[in-house]
This record gives sequence, C-alpha cells and structure tokens, in this order.
Amino acid sequence: MTRPTPRRGSLILLLPIFLIVAFLSLLFAWVGGWFGGKGVTPQAMANTAEASGSPQPGFRRAHSKGICIVGTFAPTPAAAQLSTARVFSQASTPVLGRFSNPGNDPHAPDNKAAVRGMALQLKTDDGQEWRMAMNSFPFFASSTPEGFQAMNVARLPDPATGKPDPEKMKAVLAKHPEIAKFMEWSKSAPTPDSLANTRFNGVNAFRLVDAEGRERVVRWSMRPHAPFVASDPEQLKSASRDFLGEDLDRRLAAGPLQWDMVMQFAAPGDPIEDPSKAWPDTRPETRVGTLTLVRAQAQAGGPCFDLNFDPLILPKGIVATDDPVLHARSAVYSVSFNRREREISSGQANASNGSAQ
Amino acid sequence: MNGQRHFNLLARVLHWSMAIAILAMLFVGAAMVVSLRHRELLLDLHRPLGLAILLLAIVRLANRLRHPPPPLPADLPQIQVWAAKASHWLLYALMFAMPIIGWAMLSAGAYPVVLFDGVNLPPILPHSPVMYGFLRPLHGVLAYVLFFTILAHLGAALFHAWVRRDGVFSQMARGK
Repeated sequence: MTRPTPRRGSLILLLPIFLIVAFLSLLFAWVGGWFGGKGVTPQAMANTAEASGSPQPGFRRAHSKGICIVGTFAPTPAAAQLSTARVFSQASTPVLGRFSNPGNDPHAPDNKAAVRGMALQLKTDDGQEWRMAMNSFPFFASSTPEGFQAMNVARLPDPATGKPDPEKMKAVLAKHPEIAKFMEWSKSAPTPDSLANTRFNGVNAFRLVDAEGRERVVRWSMRPHAPFVASDPEQLKSASRDFLGEDLDRRLAAGPLQWDMVMQFAAPGDPIEDPSKAWPDTRPETRVGTLTLVRAQAQAGGPCFDLNFDPLILPKGIVATDDPVLHARSAVYSVSFNRREREISSGQANASNGSAQ
Repeated sequence: MNGQRHFNLLARVLHWSMAIAILAMLFVGAAMVVSLRHRELLLDLHRPLGLAILLLAIVRLANRLRHPPPPLPADLPQIQVWAAKASHWLLYALMFAMPIIGWAMLSAGAYPVVLFDGVNLPPILPHSPVMYGFLRPLHGVLAYVLFFTILAHLGAALFHAWVRRDGVFSQMARGK
C-alpha cells in the first residue's frame, strides 16, 4: 500500500524542538545542582570535612579513627509497649558497632578526642535493620546543618596565616548563637577516662510507634554501667596515642561491657526539631534495653569499616522526625561513604587497608 | 486502517506511562543526591518507582518481541534508521540496567533495600566495597546517558511529528 508523500513542515519548526530539549536540559541541570546554588549541599559539607586535614583515601570524612565492636542488645519488657520494632520484642539481637574519635585523621592521638562516637547496627530476625550514630556530647553544636557547616568553615585555617580567623568565628556565633553554648560545654565538661564509662547520646529526636499506632517523641542515650571517672588532664598529656583502644581491650578481656539504653520522652512544647537544645532532665524516661559488648577489633579489615551508620536506617516501629540535622547527617554520611568506597574500588585506598577485598 | 501501522494499545500505554515514570525518576535522583533535607523522602520514592519501572520494562520487552513495531517510512535516510534502532535498544538496555544496578549497588553497599516501611527486597550481591565503589558512580553516569538518550528520542519524535510529518509520531501517539 503506498501512502501519499507527506507535506513536510517548515524547518523553522526545529526552533521549538530545540527550545523544548534545551529547557529540559537546563531544568535537569538546575535540579541536580549544577547551577543556581540551593544553599548548603551534602557535597559541600563533605568537602569541608576533607579540607580540615590531609587526604585520607578510603576513610570516613569525619570520625575517621575508629574501633569495631561486637555484642548483643536485650530489651526490657517495657520496650515492646513503646514500639512495634522487633528489636524490642526479640530476646536478643546481635550488634555490630563502632567507637570513633572526631576529625578526619584516622591515626589521631586519643588524648585529643574530647568527643567520642558510638555507632550501632542491629539486625533482627524479621529482616529489619536499625542503624544509629550517637555521640558523647549531650546536645548538638547547631540547630541546623547550615550553622554546623558555617562553624566548620570558620575553623578551617586561613590560607594567609595558616590559622583560623577569629573574626570569622565571631560572625558565625552572631548568626548561630546556639553554637556558643556547645563551645562552652566542650571547654568545661570533664572527659571520661574510658570508652567504657562514656555516655552516648542520640541527640536527634525520633518517634516510637506502638501497636495502637500511637507515637511518642523520644531521644535516646546509652548509659554506661561502668562508673564515670574523669580523665586527669595531666595524665592525658602523656597518654599513649591509642590509649582508648588499649583500655577497651583490657576491660573486655576482663568481661563484657554494658550500657542501658534509655528513652527520654518529650513534653508538649519541647524542641523536637532542634538537636542543639537538650530537653530538661526532669522529662520522664524509660529503660528499654541493655547493650552488651563482648569484643573489639581494629577497624582495618574489621566488619564495621565498610558500613555506613546512616541514622535514617530505621526498623518499622521507629520513625524519623523532621530534625534538619538528622536528615543532613544521613545525606552527608552517604556522600562520605560513596567517596571512600570509590577510592577503595579504584585502588587509591591502600593506606586504609580496611576493605574486605 | 491496518493495525500494523501503529504500536498496539499495551505498547502505547506502557510507553507513555513509563515516559512519565522514568523522567520523574531521573529528576528525583538528580535532586536527592544534592538535597540536605529531603534525601530520605526522595529515596523512599526512588526505590519502589525503580522496581515498578523494572517490572514494566519486562512486560514491555515481552510485548515488543510478540508484537513487532510498525515499520519506519521507506524513504527515511539510512543514518536515521540506524539512529532510531540504536537509540531504541539503548533505551531498553538502560530501562533494565538502571533499576538492576540500583538494587545491586545497595546490596553491595550492605544497605537494606527498603521497598516500603517494613518490606525489604533481598540483596542480589554480597557486601562488597569494591563492587559498590564501581556500581554507585556507574548508576549516576548511566542516569545522565539515559537522560540525554531520552532528549534525543524526544527531539527526533518531534522532528517526525512537526517537520517530516511522516506518521512515525502517530504510530505511538494514536491507535488509528
């Protein structure tokens, strides 16, 4: 069957075709952040962490120094009333975790680590998974990721002097006054002399969802059974580079170490989306379980090294709040993880020696 | 009119619905990797939509193999015939590759592959930093390849519709 030759359209019509394709290209580039900056990005925050020290291919961009830990979590009977998460009804859940020091130097001396981190992964028999990343500070430095980023940029050495410019920090504190409170805390708070007697705080708020669908806003913490002992500033000066890990090994050789997991409940009006504001100590609390650590292992070649402890990996029964710092942590950890796994994959990360090749 | 001059109804429905889904997917993906506040929300959309596209791509390929597409106009220059065939097979390859790479990279990164709250897909690769470090950038690069192939496809379709006016566009746009 022959068809009549169609009447061709004018070549002028190439113009609208070009404009449609160009518009879609520009829209895609804008959405992807190639131009028209939309404020702080996770990439910018990871860049700042990288700029704070020398390149450490294969390692986390922050909290680079760490130790893998292994143990179990056992819930209290009260826990299952608060959330349907299987971790609160299963008798015992295996735990893989990581203690960490702040900063981007994976070999930093422990006596410089005023803040410490505890990250955990709990996988239950229903296939659900819970990852959390806690810190020894009782509240976060800033209300927003923008404030945190501004603080870290102000801490970078000025290219002219090789030192941070105090004027920049003053400007940041004027714009984000809550940061001053955190700086006060880090100057005055005594540092525990061991990881075993350090309390770790979730800082960000989450919602526990019970069997009736009722939601309770909580912040959690891990409270050590080992009694608090402040480290002596004089002894700290001469302490060995890895004294925290050595102390942990010594204590674990003598027996397991335990922490109580405690949920603190928000009262109406408490700042749920501002992790820089701790809730009053008078808020009701419930102990929901016990974390027992039995073994520690170097992160190089250890099972915790190539895990992203993304605090938004939550089991059914635990839901994130809109705390912007919580969401930013998840986004920045992802960028850090992508960068370092790429370095490992492309063979640039021999120094980290940490991947299961 | 004889049916062979048009794509069958299933092909047309799949084409237009997947066009919307895949474009949405590409924009969601581009936005989520640079978002400080909405990454999780976009990711929760990205994973089930990716699986849906993979399942629809299987149906679409089966339909295409059973019902060959209508012929291109006999007077179409050879280079355009070649470009049409190559870009179509590239689009098919990427419709399958993108969701599978996404699933595989999450598996290799030891991430839970969450479909909905409480429902996870099983991993399709063992935990492997080396595989993750290769697949994650590949997913991003191929997303751009897919986006530009779709733009070329769109541009060519509009060229057929407005300039050549040879009926190729209506093969997919209309049943009769």
